[in-house]
Amino acid sequence: MTRTLSAPVTVAFDYTRSTGPVLGRFLTGLRDGVVIGGRTSEGTVVVPPPEFDPVTHEAVTDFVEVASTGTVTSWSWVSEPVKHQPLDRPFAFALVTLDGADTPLLHALDVASADEVSTGMRVQIRWAEERVGAITDIQCFEPEQGGRAASEASDQSRPRDEEAVTGVITPVELDYLYAASPEESAFYRGLAEGRILGQCCPTCQKVYVPPRSACPSDGTPTNEEIELPDKGTVTTFCIVNVPFMGQKITPPYVSAYVLLDGADIAFLHLILDIPAEEVRMGMRVEAVWKPREEWSTTIENISHFRPTGEPDADYDTYKQHL
Amino acid sequence: MRDVAVVGFAQRQMEEFDGSPTCVEMLVPLFAECYEQTGWTRRDIGFWCSGSSDYLAGRSFSFVQAVDAIGVIPPVNESHVEMDAAWALYEAWVKIQTGEVDTALVYGFGKSSAGVLRRTLALQLDPYTMTPLWPDTVSLAGLQARAGIDAGLWDERAMAEVVNRSLTDAEKNDYAIRKGGSSVEELLARPMYADPLRKHDCAPVTDGAAAIVLAADDQARDVAERPAWITGISTYVDPISMGTRDLTRSPSTANAARGLDLDGLEVAELHAPFSHQELILRTELGLADDVAVNPSGGPLAGNPMFTGGLIRFGEAARKVWAGENTKVLGHATSGPALQQNLVCTMEGRS
Repeated sequence: MTRTLSAPVTVAFDYTRSTGPVLGRFLTGLRDGVVIGGRTSEGTVVVPPPEFDPVTHEAVTDFVEVASTGTVTSWSWVSEPVKHQPLDRPFAFALVTLDGADTPLLHALDVASADEVSTGMRVQIRWAEERVGAITDIQCFEPEQGGRAASEASDQSRPRDEEAVTGVITPVELDYLYAASPEESAFYRGLAEGRILGQCCPTCQKVYVPPRSACPSDGTPTNEEIELPDKGTVTTFCIVNVPFMGQKITPPYVSAYVLLDGADIAFLHLILDIPAEEVRMGMRVEAVWKPREEWSTTIENISHFRPTGEPDADYDTYKQHL
Repeated sequence: MRDVAVVGFAQRQMEEFDGSPTCVEMLVPLFAECYEQTGWTRRDIGFWCSGSSDYLAGRSFSFVQAVDAIGVIPPVNESHVEMDAAWALYEAWVKIQTGEVDTALVYGFGKSSAGVLRRTLALQLDPYTMTPLWPDTVSLAGLQARAGIDAGLWDERAMAEVVNRSLTDAEKNDYAIRKGGSSVEELLARPMYADPLRKHDCAPVTDGAAAIVLAADDQARDVAERPAWITGISTYVDPISMGTRDLTRSPSTANAARGLDLDGLEVAELHAPFSHQELILRTELGLADDVAVNPSGGPLAGNPMFTGGLIRFGEAARKVWAGENTKVLGHATSGPALQQNLVCTMEGRS
């Protein structure tokens, strides 16, 4: 048995950003198949255009169209591409100074092996088939192919009669192998056996469930496992009325902090089998477990909590835990 | 200015930490070591400052979870930077300078192995023109290494010499996760990984944590026989774009060093996660040939993300405590291809 439990987790979010006038101009150009640079106060043509001049700090307003062909000024071989890079086979990342520009642009270069790329080599843009106004409208660079490429580029660079790009959406997706702490792992393994395991702080004797590696009050490592009953008291709760993506229960329903008997910290679970408006602070509840054959190392083994029918707990018994 | 010294240091480095990315169980014993070194309890710490990243942990507010390792009743004075913890040390140094506190414990932590580190770090780049391409850290460093090779400023042999010296020195470092020098020839015979970089040119993906204790004036003298007094500390930033700066230089490092007195420097712990970056830093700092660089083995032997820089400060300070050296330098970097740099000199006074 490994010391800790772990599971794959993917965190994903689409970042939506406004571009402002300078990057908007650049990305509009890419959508229309042309590369736009910005001329700085020192006369340098920079691609992508900087929003503000590096010397005068004035907004950059002088835009210059540069070529879609250029020269590699540095490169690095990607032998093991990672997810969402421009190419899913080995390729080079390259700095390419486009003809008409003075500084290089970072992008991928599609060649079959590191033997086929060198500093100083001539390359051209391979445009993406669908262009939306993003840096990925340049699919990658490829070795320059002479006259044929030039005409293709000019075909593709016909400005389209569309509005300027003012925003970009960048999807970000990160994959993790997420591990639980040793104490959390014991908690989840306990749940797989129908037991609820907390940890006790040796300094202040507080009992934490789900357990924590150290007592948040005094920083002492928790070192004593405590088995807790599956009965407790609602300390506070809210009625969920708002629908959201992935919601499993039809609103309105109650999400509550349940203080298990003997615990010093409440944990969040559902209160069902009772009309939402009848849930109250101090209400006594018990866990409703799913059928044993469905159990695994998850808090979802407990389907929800339901009223026990006992008299409500005195406020004094849980006021320290609000 | 108040005199502030490094008086405590503890670290952990490992290839793969099999616990939670909140790293609480790694931090608790580190703090215990710091209490042991100073004779203090947590209540003697005036200010806590950490460096870490939610992107590494894969969860939001991961640094708040880590605060469990401190214990916050009564409440503590606490802050956080989403940078290497060396910058947390900078914040703590400033905090002590304000006179608000006299002591600080600075810590960093990160479980780099939970995701694909070189990919995750694409999120620190320009979100419009860089991140959508997912340029990985190793590739960006490769572009920088190639630029210097093409310009004739260094070659693969010079990079291999850095690696060989680092991995040889790392044999004496219990915390190093990659160690064992061989020869420049043997290193050069190994295959390319991200041409022009071989795997040994790149710091190993490392999980870990570190903590440093700072104290002002008499507080420092009370707890350390020979405190490592911070005599200068400075940080600068270069543009993030790879196209608008000379990748073979590090102006921010030179700027940071300009305000410091480096005369008589004996040891420099440089946070160069790629072999060629040490060569850039040496030049920008103007290090004399007799300065010992990374006697700990440096980041090529182990580089926990968000801690690798802070560890350089700790390793340098230990030389002063031990009386082995009198004037040492710690350096930390953050961002792609040496974009941000922090330089700090420390001295022992007999």
